[in-house]
Amino acid sequence: MSFRSPASIKTGLIDRDTSLAFSFNGRQMTGHAGDTLASALIANGVKLVGRSFKYHRPRGIFTAGSEEPNALVTLRAGAHSEPNTRATVAELFDGLVARSQNHRGPLHFDLLAVNDLLSPFLTAGFYYKTFMWPKSFWEKLYEPVIRSAAGLGRLSGAEDPDSYDKGFLHCDILVIGAGPAGLSAALQAARSGARVILADEDFLPGGRLNAETYEVSGMPGYRWAAETIAELRSMETVRLMTRTTVYGAYDHGVYGALEKKTDHLASADGKPRQVLWRIYSKQAILCAGATERPIAFANNDRPGIMLAGSTRTYANRFAALAGKRVTIFTNNDDGWRTATDMVDAGAQIAAIIDNREIAPLVAPAGAAIVMGGAISDTGGRLALKSVTLSNGQTIETDCLAVSGGWNPNVHLTCHQRGRPQWNAAINAFVPGGELPVGMRVAGSASGALTLAACLAQGHKAASEAAKALGFTPSRSRPAPASDEASANSAFWHVGNSKKRAWVDLQNDVTTKDIKLSHREGFRSVEHLKRYTTMGMATDQGKTANILGLAIMAEASGKSIPETGTTIFRPPYTPVAIGALAGRSRGSEFRPTRLTTSHQWAKEHGAIFVEAGMWLRAQWYPKVGETHWRESVDREALAVRRSVGICDVTTLGKIDVQGKDAARFLDALYTNTFSTLPVGKVRYGLMLREDGMVYDDGTTARFGENHFVMTTTTANAVLVFRRMEFARQCLFPEMDVHLISATEQWAQFAVAGPNSRKLLERVVGREHDISNEGFPFMACGEVTVCGGTRARLFRISFSGELAYEIAVPARYGDALVRRLMEAGREFDVTPYGTEALNVLRIEKGHATANELNGQTTALNLGLEKMVSKKKDCIGRVMAGREALIDDDAVRLVGFRPVNPQDSLVSGAHFIARGDAAVTENDQGWMTSVCYSPHLETMIGLGFIRRGNERIGETVIAADPLRGSTCEVEIVSPHFIDQQGERLRG
Amino acid sequence: MIIHHPLLGPRDAAEFTVLGDASLIERPDPQSADAEDRFYDYVYLRDNPAGLHRELWYHEQGDRSWLVVTRNTLTHEVVGVELARDVALAKRTGKRARTRKGGSA
Amino acid sequence: MKYSALRIFTEALGGNKGWKPVWREPEPKARYDVVIIGGGGHGLSTAYYLAKEFGITNVAVLEKGWLGSGNIGRNTTIIRSNYLLPGNEPFYELSMKLWEGLEQDFNYNAMVSQRGIINLFHSDSQRDAYVRRGNAMLMAGADAELLDTEGVRRLCPFLDFDNARFPIRGGLQQKRGGTARHDAVAWGYARGADSRGVDLIQNCEVTGFDIANGVCKGVVTSRGKIAANKVAVCVAGSSSRVMAAAGMRLPIESHVLQAFVSEGLKPVIPGVITFGAGHFYISQSDKGGLVFGGDIDGYNTYAQRGNLPVVEDVCEGGMAIMPMIGRARLLRMWGGVMDMSMDGSPFIDRTHIDGLYFNGGWCYGGFKATPASGYCYAHLIARDHPHPVATELRLDRFKTGRMIDEKGAGAQPNLH
Repeated sequence: MSFRSPASIKTGLIDRDTSLAFSFNGRQMTGHAGDTLASALIANGVKLVGRSFKYHRPRGIFTAGSEEPNALVTLRAGAHSEPNTRATVAELFDGLVARSQNHRGPLHFDLLAVNDLLSPFLTAGFYYKTFMWPKSFWEKLYEPVIRSAAGLGRLSGAEDPDSYDKGFLHCDILVIGAGPAGLSAALQAARSGARVILADEDFLPGGRLNAETYEVSGMPGYRWAAETIAELRSMETVRLMTRTTVYGAYDHGVYGALEKKTDHLASADGKPRQVLWRIYSKQAILCAGATERPIAFANNDRPGIMLAGSTRTYANRFAALAGKRVTIFTNNDDGWRTATDMVDAGAQIAAIIDNREIAPLVAPAGAAIVMGGAISDTGGRLALKSVTLSNGQTIETDCLAVSGGWNPNVHLTCHQRGRPQWNAAINAFVPGGELPVGMRVAGSASGALTLAACLAQGHKAASEAAKALGFTPSRSRPAPASDEASANSAFWHVGNSKKRAWVDLQNDVTTKDIKLSHREGFRSVEHLKRYTTMGMATDQGKTANILGLAIMAEASGKSIPETGTTIFRPPYTPVAIGALAGRSRGSEFRPTRLTTSHQWAKEHGAIFVEAGMWLRAQWYPKVGETHWRESVDREALAVRRSVGICDVTTLGKIDVQGKDAARFLDALYTNTFSTLPVGKVRYGLMLREDGMVYDDGTTARFGENHFVMTTTTANAVLVFRRMEFARQCLFPEMDVHLISATEQWAQFAVAGPNSRKLLERVVGREHDISNEGFPFMACGEVTVCGGTRARLFRISFSGELAYEIAVPARYGDALVRRLMEAGREFDVTPYGTEALNVLRIEKGHATANELNGQTTALNLGLEKMVSKKKDCIGRVMAGREALIDDDAVRLVGFRPVNPQDSLVSGAHFIARGDAAVTENDQGWMTSVCYSPHLETMIGLGFIRRGNERIGETVIAADPLRGSTCEVEIVSPHFIDQQGERLRG
Repeated sequence: MIIHHPLLGPRDAAEFTVLGDASLIERPDPQSADAEDRFYDYVYLRDNPAGLHRELWYHEQGDRSWLVVTRNTLTHEVVGVELARDVALAKRTGKRARTRKGGSA
Repeated sequence: MKYSALRIFTEALGGNKGWKPVWREPEPKARYDVVIIGGGGHGLSTAYYLAKEFGITNVAVLEKGWLGSGNIGRNTTIIRSNYLLPGNEPFYELSMKLWEGLEQDFNYNAMVSQRGIINLFHSDSQRDAYVRRGNAMLMAGADAELLDTEGVRRLCPFLDFDNARFPIRGGLQQKRGGTARHDAVAWGYARGADSRGVDLIQNCEVTGFDIANGVCKGVVTSRGKIAANKVAVCVAGSSSRVMAAAGMRLPIESHVLQAFVSEGLKPVIPGVITFGAGHFYISQSDKGGLVFGGDIDGYNTYAQRGNLPVVEDVCEGGMAIMPMIGRARLLRMWGGVMDMSMDGSPFIDRTHIDGLYFNGGWCYGGFKATPASGYCYAHLIARDHPHPVATELRLDRFKTGRMIDEKGAGAQPNLH
């Protein structure tokens, strides 16, 4: 049976020439372009669309907008499944597939509807009072049962196949909502010369003008809306954004908005599904309209019971009849318009029931009028069949249109914690005094509930906003309309029924639950919400909250404003997490930094490893090597025997220049740099101001006033930030300037006994790099490859004769290839971070595992590096009693007593015979490796008084993996303790 | 939030990183007799006011200026922005800051 | 009134008319043995344990708003005891043990659910740090397990194992970790304290202290002066404001942490998953909402709201690690004011003013600490020396260099 009004009676704002096929729970139907899924379902006579959260009550479409509590469906299929989609805002497209959710078995025979029979036991908060015995049953039985019953729709479990974009917009005036007030405001703002963004969540702007039958400027409202939109579209300074919900108001005029781009199409076709906009506005005018609220009465949740304004929306805009024999229950004049409109659309009016005593308007012929009446019950299991009045009369009806008045949509005014105020004239909360900076509110969002007032307020707010920005407001007048009757009354629920009357439809909160909440002392509005879950559903209580508050006020004998206000948090309507993430997902989540030798390393089969944002070569497996250790052992041995090459570009490089550069570094580092001769490099240790070690690295002096310092890879950004802080805030009088040059220079370590021989083939012959001409810790500017500018440093992380050579980044790829070629006769070996790690552990050098922000110079055995002759950042606090305690942990080396044993990082040290408990904890292992030179595993670690305990045996306990190992405390310098190799 | 940078005009707060209280500019004299007590105050104790708060912001995604932003911690309203170096220099000379200021929203 | 399934049954037969208020609404008395400032989770649990474990019942809890309106009412409900340092781990493990018996103890179902927590790691050095931590947990009597990639995949097959920017190399799991129904925790403690005689006084703001000659003798409130032998402050994000009235500056800054919940969905995420590299953690509530969060916004604030960059950052982390949640919708976002301490660890200590006690600096980790915080604070108030697991949570630890810096981030609260 069709519930679509014939075009001869009601055309509606749909395109009857375009038919769209869709299915709901497998049933094939058709609608038209311009329909929502909800309007198409109504036109096809579908009443039952879902089940409620707790009691699994049958539910139908309740509203015509984003406030919908009932009609949640899963849209689309497979990986495109979109659970909890409100049918009332889902735009119909050809091929749309929707399914109902939250039921076991078919929708019309939901097995979990048994909960409804148990409802006396399932009152608000019942779960807090039981399920506690026996103790272990909560996780094993009760909770799994509750969890599987709870929830609404289901995620597909597959990766979201759609893409999302983000964008930034700027405007003078943002107008939120394109109803009568918003259109009026946007028009006046634009005519005044302001750059305007007008955003509306609907695909058809106009708001209630499309849903009502009012006239504006002597023409039907919807036509005036269309003409105004056409004018706005023609203006270059106006950006009209439909399908765009401004979901949040943030600081300083920043608004979050979500634009649906392809949700109304069968396929996104590679385009982004949605765009998340950040809108920077100077002024904003909130014209978000108002939301109708219901009245609570027994069994007021049956399919076919709908807000009165929504029945008018369906009838007028969509030519879809929510029922053929309609009953109206209202406490205000607005409800009466429903009767006229429904009759005009082809329905019959069974009765109008108004709680007030005097009829405000003339009812259509044939409608029974019951003044001072109320509905005490309803009938019909899967669809409304009848209503029973307080006087006992029963009326057969298939649609009950309910109006309990209108609530201004104050949501965005609360996003910065502003509190709405009670307005007794309209029995609703209106925006409070404290609005987000730059925001004005106009139209029914501000409590103006008539059309003429909305148009005038929008116009006025725009003039004020334009004036505040220095524009001269246009002299044009607001569009004329007449004020309709809008009297209302404070009537919230029909009491004295033993049956349940719903307040929050989705979460199944009834008037009984609210009374119980009061009885149990949960009386503050926040307690009420939390205890009963009222307002916590996907609709955020848009239709429920005020009702609940009014009933609580009644129970406690207070007024509504005394009882409390509810404020709203973002988002206005739910936003897809994918949209908030945008393109930052998968491998694109964060940038990937590649060194200049990356391509070359890839060609040589390197395995790469994450080092912060960087990818570094971890090792270079050779044909025939089946285990990473084989490759790493070979690489490490090659460095100690001949020569190896490693890309060390990722270390932070900071150029420090200026007359006070040396003095600045003295202040920064624990040791002294002003005494460093030009052409020399020195290792430096840096503390935080709290005295803990922050970073280390080498600094080279290239000129009297020019240093090049390095930081660890992990701290490059942080150290630079801290140095700028020191430069600008702590030592502003110093003449010193800093530039981060990490990405400007490609740098390679050339390490091993043959490193000099190799470099002699690459570095210009005019440069003396002999041991005498270029000794250990020398640095200088050289040329390579026949004239390319380079920097050469004789520094060693491996303990071997070694250099680091740096060239401008664009030559990095060429240099590594040239080095490899020049080193062929020495069997030069590229080595990765694993071999680098082996070499440095063998030498006892600390890295991030040891410099973890929790250790001091004393812990690291570097206390002698803290100069006593000068101050530096962190010096004073490093002297606190616990930090100079002799009992502190010290960095030492460890070898397994049985050379075959494995060591593990993260093991804790305990004395032999002690239990592995916190009280006996003496320290921990920080770094381990297999040393191919010593042919055993070795480790570095911190242990209490370690420096005094060389030769002692302790236990390295790893209860996490069930292992313990006897280890001997040894010097952290496992090879070449005198440092002869690196000076050779 | 939007920070009105004295040199660059209004910039989104996301371009900055925040360090904390602007008192961190006033590093104590390490030579003073009670240096450890003074550094303890400096490094660890905070007024943490509910209201106007002078704080250090670093324009990391921009020109690397450190700024002293005066902002209300109850409302997030920004009432003043200065270059931290100007503030630090003014403190050295004991003069009132002749600072370049950014506007407020 | 004892709660049970039988009670629900009998009350239901009586039309649910017989339920009694969970707490009284008493007028404040002129004097108490102990006044606790702050009716959030920690204040209520302190009152509960004072009464139940230490027999001190002449106690008032003064709450500026409604009971449980602090961070107990606005967190992501995670409980865990997976800390590294000896100053913290035994304390949080005591908390975990108290969680495990909590519901039977206070006869209220707070839905303590030990569905497990996994901290993901992505590199060898992160693994090593987690091994160190896991061992510290086991040595303190907690539980910990190390998972490799396949171990994580078995538990969470929906994570991105194929195209992740930071590949999942494994995780540190604590099976006893999980979640609890945060509001119910507050209500359970409140009910338990009230039934033992503690006065829970709502809408009562403390505006000052009555301090003379270095002794605190009571408080000044919006409902008049209240004398007390001992005054215990327990106000989290408002710590600096309240203690300023006693003339104290604290090693604390107030910052906002945002949290998020999605629309209700059928069960899809088993326990708690923490993706540190992406500043993202998530669990799913019994009602079906995905509850998730990330880093603090980073600027000092007392406003219970944050801004968009962090919202987007958190969701990016979520999509990076579990791209199936793209079509789930974020339903609600909110902010809580965190009392961020200078080393990321809390304080439970006496102050230099006799009779004035301080509990704060919980950063964004206060919820899981609720039971032990109350227990140890009650111990300190009752006995005047710290509980053995809380001996390092001292206000003067920065003076002596005894920081408890789990992250090694130093004296910058917004990095903890």
